[in-house]
Amino acid sequence: MADENVAHEGHEAVVHRHEPPKSFIRKYIFSLDHKVIGVQYLMLALAAVLVGMTLSILMRMSLTWPDMNWPLIGQIKPDQYLALLTIHGTMMVFFVLTTAPQGGFGNYFLPIQIGAEDMAFPVLNMLSFWVTLVGFIVLIFAFFVDQGAPIGGWTAYPPLSAIPSAGPGQGTGMNLWIISIAIFCVGSLLGALNFITTLLNLRAKGMSLMRMPLTCWAWFTTAVLALLAFPVLLAGGVLLFLDRNLGTSFFVPAGLYIKDVIQPHSGGSPILWQHLFWFFGHPEVYIAILPGMGLTSHILSTFARKPVFGYRAMVFAIFAIGLLGFFVWGHHMFISGMSPYSAMAFSILTLSIGVPSAVKTFNWIGTLWRGKIRFTTPMLFALGFVSLFVAGGITGLVLGQTSLDLPMHDTYFVLGHFHLVMGVAAIFGMFAGVYFWFPKMFGRFMSEKLGRIHFWITFVGVYSIFVPMHIMGIVGMPRRYSRFAENGQQIYLFLENLHPLVLFVTIAAVITFATQFIFFFNLFWSMFKGKKCTVNNPWEATTLEWATTSPPPHDNFAGVPPVVYRGAYEFAVPGAPKDFIMQTEPDGAAEVEEVASGNGHDGHKH
Amino acid sequence: MGRALAVIIWLLTLASVVLFFSGWWFPTTITEHGPRIDQQFLITISVVGIAFVAAQIGLGWMIWRYGSDAKNKDERALYTHGNNRLEVVWTVITAVVFIGLAVMGQRVWAQLHFSDAPAGSAQVEVVAQQFAWNMHYPGKDGKFGRTDPTLIKEDENNFIGLDDKDPSAKDDMTTTTLVIPVNRPTELILRSKDVTHSFWVPQLRFKQDLVPGMQIHVHFTATKVGQFQLACAELCGMNHFSMKGTLLVLPQAQYNDVMAASQADFQTKVNTLKDSYELGMVYDENGTKIGKSY
Repeated sequence: MADENVAHEGHEAVVHRHEPPKSFIRKYIFSLDHKVIGVQYLMLALAAVLVGMTLSILMRMSLTWPDMNWPLIGQIKPDQYLALLTIHGTMMVFFVLTTAPQGGFGNYFLPIQIGAEDMAFPVLNMLSFWVTLVGFIVLIFAFFVDQGAPIGGWTAYPPLSAIPSAGPGQGTGMNLWIISIAIFCVGSLLGALNFITTLLNLRAKGMSLMRMPLTCWAWFTTAVLALLAFPVLLAGGVLLFLDRNLGTSFFVPAGLYIKDVIQPHSGGSPILWQHLFWFFGHPEVYIAILPGMGLTSHILSTFARKPVFGYRAMVFAIFAIGLLGFFVWGHHMFISGMSPYSAMAFSILTLSIGVPSAVKTFNWIGTLWRGKIRFTTPMLFALGFVSLFVAGGITGLVLGQTSLDLPMHDTYFVLGHFHLVMGVAAIFGMFAGVYFWFPKMFGRFMSEKLGRIHFWITFVGVYSIFVPMHIMGIVGMPRRYSRFAENGQQIYLFLENLHPLVLFVTIAAVITFATQFIFFFNLFWSMFKGKKCTVNNPWEATTLEWATTSPPPHDNFAGVPPVVYRGAYEFAVPGAPKDFIMQTEPDGAAEVEEVASGNGHDGHKH
Repeated sequence: MGRALAVIIWLLTLASVVLFFSGWWFPTTITEHGPRIDQQFLITISVVGIAFVAAQIGLGWMIWRYGSDAKNKDERALYTHGNNRLEVVWTVITAVVFIGLAVMGQRVWAQLHFSDAPAGSAQVEVVAQQFAWNMHYPGKDGKFGRTDPTLIKEDENNFIGLDDKDPSAKDDMTTTTLVIPVNRPTELILRSKDVTHSFWVPQLRFKQDLVPGMQIHVHFTATKVGQFQLACAELCGMNHFSMKGTLLVLPQAQYNDVMAASQADFQTKVNTLKDSYELGMVYDENGTKIGKSY
């Protein structure tokens, strides 16, 4: 749109090409191209996930062998464990689960899937990435300041987070955490504005809303959630920063006695922070999972060679989840001291949100029914997503009940639940996306063989890690404990029988962690050495990203805007020459022309 | 490939179900409301389990049955965009089941939280601080003495800032052990000196945050005697993991005896009684051992 490098190719009047910038820096570093920005986001998420995953392995090691002196790092002390925990959560939730599915894949594919040349505001798009990167660097810095990273968890409940003397890492480290998150909020807001505007205004001719791929619906809804949720966190973060550094008392009540000092605050409420945080925090869960849901629908349909079952119901379910997601934040706070009557309302709304989630699951299974399933690596991960989403999501029926939260709150049951659903299921959605779109993004295929090995071990691995955590929670194991034994002595007797499970989970975690390096290798090796993808549409898919070259040119469709004639998932249409009809295929053309795969966009003139 | 995936999904489902039957479970409950929480949990986890197994079997079946292979590669999938009646049916059924569970789950909650503690409840003020629990008893007059954070002197064992000039503080007692009677409602007044903590005894099936600046009143009735561990369930700082306390549920006669003790004798009596109940064992209301609590 705002690209200055406009070049007209003389031979055809309707072709209106935008050439890429020539300089390396404008092309690959400070790029305005949504595709480059998408890849930048994905690389950032890869770096973040490597950090987050490594921290989690250190945590498992420390939990399992608390007194061990490890080579290089020594013994992991209780406060160090909590610092690992805080940065693990922050890294994963913000810099992986929010950036990769939305900033990464959404950036790259939303404009292409709706037939646009770029995002509506390319400069804003570039800024949103660079702002987010600064947030990431600031967060990493927190490890290296005096006393290290904060120890209050990614939820940063005050007063622990508000009073620097309340613990190690709550000084400079905590300030950096707030600054990092505030920067991240700004980046996400810029991104969200861009997604919404682009989707509403830049759709190609014929791309009505109900013809959009479900991925676009998911990214759109996610952007709306981000637009409404991040400002609340930003406001909360600013208030917390003021409490810490300028002596205000938004979250700190009078008379706190910390480290032999009565704190000079009065009038604040710790619960206010929890409301602000979870008003953001719960929609955030859906920000993480909705793109994965859209992608799963997209991939299931493509490789089952069958239209999405209940497309309309899927769109409504995405909306319902997005809307209800704003009215359930209180289920994180049943025992926080808030009114028990509002807890009741939050509980009923929370279980209601299970309904659209179940509807999506039914429709995924419906999409597979009487399909012709091709078991490619992206399909394996999409099927894994469905399995994990059910396994993780369904225990929300336990946790969403006020009375059952009494024993379950803040135990490993919660840990198992949310890691399976918003962590691992969402990440399976991203893996599916990488394997699926890699040939489009880089013009080469990833190794299917390595992809399958990666899938099998990871799939079994994540079940082995997170299902036993539910059992630990039932027995009563509290989360966020640095250790359960000290000097060989069990601290809480009621947890003494759990050691075999703890050990099992750690072994599973180490194996799963190691397996991810197969993925990293496959990813980078395939970028340069993978089998070449010479066609536009290697998967025989239907949507617009497959109507352009692999990788797409700078202006996505080589100056010929695509025209859309049909819905997104026209597979197995009776009478059609092939078992798929691309969105760009004109009516009637499918019967008359022999359509080579992927020739959609230049197969017709208008 | 497809069939292998179907089998793996079924095996993981089976393993998950087996794990839930493998004997790791809640510790014994020792409260009046506990069995009903356990029952609600059992109902819910059964519904969850059935739905989980059904969905995984269904998913696995589709994968098993509808894989594309060399034999059928020229056949096409069924061309359908869905079925509205089916959408309505499964939406309504899940809505009824899920919201039904949510409503059922409110009963115990309402009993615990929608009414004040019954008259005649035993009262204890629980004051949490970083990595320790202080239990404040009103003494014979039944009134809690005034406290003020400016009066806290930890080196003089005044951890909660009890004002010794206040007449109703004269007979107050503080210790680290939470002593409550069996079969008589207990009211806890939960406070925190510094950061947010959470009061949690797994056997009580009860958990409540202690929030600085707030006094949160909760109540429950213990139905078994014994000594149990009290844990903090809200991340409160570096030594959160070791913020351990003790709950001592006593037969009513013993409880009355301890509460009638003078300030000087109180701690000794509590310690003696603690020694007479083995940690982790459950005793009936008369103090006869029943068995292990976990």
